[in-house]
Amino acid sequence: MLNKKRGRENADIDGSSLADIAFLLLIFFLVVTTIDVDTGIGLVLPPIPDDIEPPPVRERNLMNILVNAQGMVLINEQPSAIASVREEVRRFVNNNGVDPNLSESPDDAIVSIKTDRRTPYNVYIDMLDEVMGAYEELRHQASMEQFGVPFSSLEQGSERRVQIQEMYPKQISIAEPDEG
Amino acid sequence: MSKFQKKQAKTKQGVPTSAMPDVVFMLLIFFMVTTVLREVELQVQIDYTEAENIEKIEQKRLVSYVYIGPERLGGGRLGETRVQIDDALIDDMNGIRNIMYDKLMEQPRLIVSLRVDRDSEFGIITDVQQELRHAGTLRINYSTRRQL
Repeated sequence: MLNKKRGRENADIDGSSLADIAFLLLIFFLVVTTIDVDTGIGLVLPPIPDDIEPPPVRERNLMNILVNAQGMVLINEQPSAIASVREEVRRFVNNNGVDPNLSESPDDAIVSIKTDRRTPYNVYIDMLDEVMGAYEELRHQASMEQFGVPFSSLEQGSERRVQIQEMYPKQISIAEPDEG
Repeated sequence: MSKFQKKQAKTKQGVPTSAMPDVVFMLLIFFMVTTVLREVELQVQIDYTEAENIEKIEQKRLVSYVYIGPERLGGGRLGETRVQIDDALIDDMNGIRNIMYDKLMEQPRLIVSLRVDRDSEFGIITDVQQELRHAGTLRINYSTRRQL
């Protein structure tokens, strides 16, 4: 009477469609993925000045770069090509007191950047890129001389890297915008 | 004639496909891990500039984005240059400092990434930067692509 036991079926799940499901998911993620551009030029803005006067900076330690509304670059009032900014900044920062018109030491050197309200953004970035490039070259050079390895290969936050960074601190200042 | 017929390999032809799901799964997991689902709907058009000496932002959770570019209107038309933070276009520039100040309270090491369209004029960026200075979020980053 109780003999009605069903014949045991094969208990395996058919796995052949697994690949299809995985493919579908894969294609979904392929389509949705945007590999984000999270690269850029880092900068630290100067804090809003209090009533306290900022410490005086000697004229020779300040390099004024102005990008005007026409997209022209002026270094200390002298018009110059974007391509020459790098060399100018290098000479200025790495002067070490030799030329009386350029900086006393890399520690004192400050690059001040001023823009106009109608300055084209891409010219500004190109100029900033050159300034960053100058510092990068100087750091690379120092690293090669001191440790014999490129600066880029020094680990983030390592002692050597910090040492080189302190040799050539990036002192880039954004000038106060004009009123109106 | 029959001399030439003898060399027919008797092995089965065809690539074994049993490992295919594993391969596919591995790819799938790779893409799942790397995917960042777009968290905001961009309402401004941004065409990035290029630069050579750029750095990567390693810690993504520190970053907050500010988008600046011409507003997208319907039908592919572009309007005035506007500022977008999170999901909203900013009407009152002076409001930026409050938004940013709140963000800074949540994340003291905040980096503000400025994603600016290449054809923008610098005046609006100066305004945003002034607001950021008032808010105290001084670490910024101009988003650029790597120059090829």
